[in-house]
Amino acid sequence: MSLPSPEIPLPVVDHAGAAARFVADEARTDWHDEALWHVRQKRDASSAVVPEWEELRELASKIKDHTLSRLDTYLIQFETSASANGIHVHWARDAEEHNQLVYSILDRHQARHLVKSKSMLTEECHLNPYLEERGIKVIDTDLGERIVQLAGKPPSHIVLPAIHVKKEEIGQLFHQNLGTAADESDPQRLTEAARQHLRGKFLEAEAALTGVNFAIASTGGIVVCTNEGNADLGVHLAPVHIASMGIEKILPEPHHLAVFLRLLARSATGQSITVYTSHFHRPRSGQEMHIVLVDNGRSKHLGRKHFRDALKCIRCGACINTCPVYRRSGGYSYGSTIPGPIGSILTPGVDLKKYSTLPFASTLCGSCGDVCPVKIDIPKQLYRWRQTVMDEGGTTLTKRLAITLIGNVMGRPRLYRLAGRTIRWLLRRLPQRIVYARGNIWGRTRDLPDAPRESFLDWFKKAS
Amino acid sequence: MNGRATILAALRDNRMEPQALPQQYDFPRPEGNLQKMFAQQVGAGGGRALQITPSMIPGFLLDGFPGARVASTDSRYAPGNEDLVTVRDPRDLASLDVLVCRAELGIAECGAVWLGDQALVHRASAFITQHLVVLLDPAAIVWNMHEAYSRVDVAEEGFGLWVAGPSKTADIEQSLVIGAHGARSFNVLLV
Repeated sequence: MSLPSPEIPLPVVDHAGAAARFVADEARTDWHDEALWHVRQKRDASSAVVPEWEELRELASKIKDHTLSRLDTYLIQFETSASANGIHVHWARDAEEHNQLVYSILDRHQARHLVKSKSMLTEECHLNPYLEERGIKVIDTDLGERIVQLAGKPPSHIVLPAIHVKKEEIGQLFHQNLGTAADESDPQRLTEAARQHLRGKFLEAEAALTGVNFAIASTGGIVVCTNEGNADLGVHLAPVHIASMGIEKILPEPHHLAVFLRLLARSATGQSITVYTSHFHRPRSGQEMHIVLVDNGRSKHLGRKHFRDALKCIRCGACINTCPVYRRSGGYSYGSTIPGPIGSILTPGVDLKKYSTLPFASTLCGSCGDVCPVKIDIPKQLYRWRQTVMDEGGTTLTKRLAITLIGNVMGRPRLYRLAGRTIRWLLRRLPQRIVYARGNIWGRTRDLPDAPRESFLDWFKKAS
Repeated sequence: MNGRATILAALRDNRMEPQALPQQYDFPRPEGNLQKMFAQQVGAGGGRALQITPSMIPGFLLDGFPGARVASTDSRYAPGNEDLVTVRDPRDLASLDVLVCRAELGIAECGAVWLGDQALVHRASAFITQHLVVLLDPAAIVWNMHEAYSRVDVAEEGFGLWVAGPSKTADIEQSLVIGAHGARSFNVLLV
């Protein structure tokens, strides 16, 4: 077996490096951390009042298990019913095909202005730059997404796209782009300015694109959830509606929505339901409606026995809000469309090398798994991805050597005891500058514990 | 092979062992008055639910929205000065101030009401209006989503939705702002 090269070729996401830059601004890190923890607390309060919360999670998980176990059948059923409803259904193998399909629909209608509501799938496919290169003006209409779009950045969170941006910075962006007063930073007035600005965009758009929260196989309809009403405002005014949908979004029947809708908003923001939960089954008179079913690696992921559960994700963001690493490293440190714990188990399936650091961007505290409304065992998957990354040689030589060494020592009880004795002895005697020398990565930001006189085993033998 | 065939073939190749679909979705109703719980939830979502008599509705609209452009799709109960049926292009609704319409159903657990094509006439009307007023028969309030979906046929109309409050956002530093893109206020008149 050959050792991996010590320098992994770029681009590998340097999560630790990006996180180090993020935490360098301590006050801002605390602010970010607290904002997300606040959302996590709202989730706790909102889920605690539902007596059957755990049963709902179990049901949601099982409904997804069932649906994924016969996804091909349900997709065909969905296609049949949606087509009967007068909806055009398209299939896209990958991001490129999705983007081509969307563009060809827009081009056929000579649409030059597209209003979009939130769709992580189109972020995943990098649709906006694709369309912009072809002369289409794309406007993200969710307030948070509009903010990051004006800043020329992707969302840093799947539910709260601009959670990392301060209101003064938004004021600056709006001053430059929407003509608000130079020092305006009041959320109420900034939101009003965005409302006025975007109303104009809604009224001029020739097409509207939405994501899909849920699709119903039996009735051939889709459900889109928003608080702002931006998806609906776009769709109901424009002559063309395009909905981009990951193939895993299917549910068998309408009544299954009840389970997921009771879980989704509570998990996401602590609301009992989103303000608008819209069910689209047929285009309005004179309107054209298209649904693009996108695979982009999902069918392949279904074949990964240990990892397929990640396809149950309903994109609520609860695992992100609770993650102690995300809260203190920010969404951009993950270098992927979907950050946080769920991103760290989805992205290695897309590109193991590029995202090889992400399964390690976790303390394995398990909180993500505890809050997940569809019971994805995220910590277990993170742990398994780490093993896959190691098996595939996708990590730094330092980490690889360290893990091999520790593995060898821990697998041999006598050697382990000897090493323990030696380290305890050395830690008490060596000067600080040697203990905290460059090679001690762990000690860079942490104090090593005081070395005890005896090991746990020694103590236990004496005590019993 | 085209996209459809490739995707379906890949899914079949990676098909997992069949998993049973759960059949039991009944949960007990809590003790208490559904109407009260509904009103409380609407309030929590930033809206208001009021018990009212039919004769009070015109006064409520005049007092609450003086001089407003009001469209009503339930003219038996609520007068309007704008007829949605005569509007051809939904973009012409940009200056609509108030939409009054009747909901078929309300859900106590989350304070949401169901509106469909028939109630809205124009789908855009519920979103483009500055204020939304919904009439709801208090007897049409169910406890939770499971009961609600057993009563509503979601595919009967081309479009239908749950609305649970005024349009809102917290995208700027998590500060709650009412009136993002859609209606700035949400009143449910229990009548």
